[in-house]
Amino acid sequence: MTDRFTAAPVVRPLNDPWPRRPRLVEHSVLPGFKLSLGITLVYLALIVLLPLSLLAIRPWELGFDGIVKTLTDPRVASALRLTFGISLLAALTNAPLGLLVAWTLTRYQFPGRRLMDALVDLPFALPTAVAGIALTAIYAPTGPLGALAEKVGLKTAYSPLGIFIALVFIGLPFVVRSVQPVLQDLDKDVEEAAQTLGASDLQRAAYVVIPAIGPALLSGISLAFARAVGEYGSVIFIAGNLPMKTEIAPLLIVIKLEQYDYAGASAIGCAMLAISFGALVVMNIAQIYLARRGRA
Amino acid sequence: MSFRPTENTSSASKLALEIKGISKAYGRFPALKDVSLQAHDKEFLALLGPSGSGKTTLLRVLAGLEEPDAGEVRFGGEDFLSLPVRERKVGMVFQHYALFRHMTVVQNIAFGLTVRKRAEKPSKSEIKDRVEHLLQLVQLEGLDKRFPSQLSGGQRQRVALALALAIEPRMLLLDEPFGALDAQVRRELRRWLRELHDRAGVTTVFVTHDQEEALDLADRVAILKDGELVQLGTPNEVYEHPKTPFVFDFLGQACRMAGVVEGGRLRVADWESEAPKGAPQGPVEVFFRPDEVAFAPADGTGLAAEVFGISQRGPDVRIDCRIGGEPMELQAHGPSLPPGVATGLSVRIKPLRPKVYATG
Repeated sequence: MTDRFTAAPVVRPLNDPWPRRPRLVEHSVLPGFKLSLGITLVYLALIVLLPLSLLAIRPWELGFDGIVKTLTDPRVASALRLTFGISLLAALTNAPLGLLVAWTLTRYQFPGRRLMDALVDLPFALPTAVAGIALTAIYAPTGPLGALAEKVGLKTAYSPLGIFIALVFIGLPFVVRSVQPVLQDLDKDVEEAAQTLGASDLQRAAYVVIPAIGPALLSGISLAFARAVGEYGSVIFIAGNLPMKTEIAPLLIVIKLEQYDYAGASAIGCAMLAISFGALVVMNIAQIYLARRGRA
Repeated sequence: MSFRPTENTSSASKLALEIKGISKAYGRFPALKDVSLQAHDKEFLALLGPSGSGKTTLLRVLAGLEEPDAGEVRFGGEDFLSLPVRERKVGMVFQHYALFRHMTVVQNIAFGLTVRKRAEKPSKSEIKDRVEHLLQLVQLEGLDKRFPSQLSGGQRQRVALALALAIEPRMLLLDEPFGALDAQVRRELRRWLRELHDRAGVTTVFVTHDQEEALDLADRVAILKDGELVQLGTPNEVYEHPKTPFVFDFLGQACRMAGVVEGGRLRVADWESEAPKGAPQGPVEVFFRPDEVAFAPADGTGLAAEVFGISQRGPDVRIDCRIGGEPMELQAHGPSLPPGVATGLSVRIKPLRPKVYATG
């Protein structure tokens, strides 16, 4: 029994490689990693990080109390509530409607489909001020739609509803363009399989189509939301800008800037930044969770 | 090739599926032209044909995913065409699995049950039992919590089959189910599918372009070409008595020569023999299988041939020879060569069971 005394050779199962020091960067077969990372870092720092960090430093001129005072000012608080509330509402409204538009554009063949497809991008391409003027012209009490709404007792322009309309307008392409390619690539097989298994049209949509496009839809919603929060041009025309009622936070920032209250403006900016960032993080996490299901 | 005994299809058993005069065109391209055929209850029917022959279109017509321009489909006497897809209760298995990738294996299999109307929906525990039973049937126990992307191709196809079987289909439709799998897995699944069919006892229509698969698996084979049904019969019938040169060629390797039938004698080049029964008169095309030949010495009778190459390929030996200047590939079953055959030698070749078709 000699082998009782000899050291057993270290045998490792094939799927268990030698432990190695965990590396920060996994080796990639693609060349130019250092160069591309370097450029990416510098670029992001210059374009995104630097301006934002200056924004974060500026308000401290007011001191902590000053910042709190600025942000708890009823006019500011109401503007922030209005901006984020209506932005979220507009993005959520665009979710089903944008999905429907994308669905129509991908699933059916009809004359004018390409034209309609191009039309979707218009809110992207239009200078926002132009969009604002156009929307105001239509929805003002003297405009065709505004007059109609007036008759049923609805005030469209110069009310939160007007802001909502403008934000829906500029948010639509984000949802449509996020969802459309995924919808296009969806396997027809799977839907047909669901059909043969007895699923109704509604069940097919709910159990097969929506889960497949969920991540894309969510990303479209967050893009539309982010855009709506920062929207200025189209909103200020239609909003009427009544303090405490229809004044949005970006406008308030401009007003503060015009009064040379740079620190105050930065304080509101920072607050918007923090809220937006939080919202995007939440949506991203949800998106990752959705995307990971079934693809692990 | 192995053949199943033919008594499997007793013509006395009752008809399940009746297809009458189905036509379908895509624009100006006719995909199906007046196709009629029947399947018996619990029969395993293969639709065999090259790509573009209309076999998949026919299957999709049966499933209701495609609407024919003309014709009739009846199942168990019921008009099938007037039923929408979801009420036909057919289990369809697609070539690329068509699984729901955001659902686990269990959720996938249970799909057809969970979407039922409340009145017809089995209880949770019933669904669970059914799924468990199906998992056992397709031999995927223990993989219930996996997502489709975590399964191999063969496993995915078995899930797809369980999915289709879960609704207790009146008919099972398979669209080249093994098309995307490698040869080894294919052969295993083929055996298994046949066993499954026999145990489940459900009428099955199976689309394939692989003649070996069709002959090996089906009770009867329907051969389609350019949207038309060319021949329908048991694997043995269609292999032994191909109706047209196309069927002969499609069901296996073929050697083809020109010949003449006169007064009950068949003459091909320098070889003459008795013409097969029912052979047409005049110029004919003669077909034979490359392995159904007898070799004789150069001074015997048969087609004079010059052997110029021999290569061993697995269990078979390929014999390259020239007959009347034309190269021809013959086959012998190894491991040893037929006596008197070697590279560079002249031999005589006698087709054992030539098939004769009128030229044109």
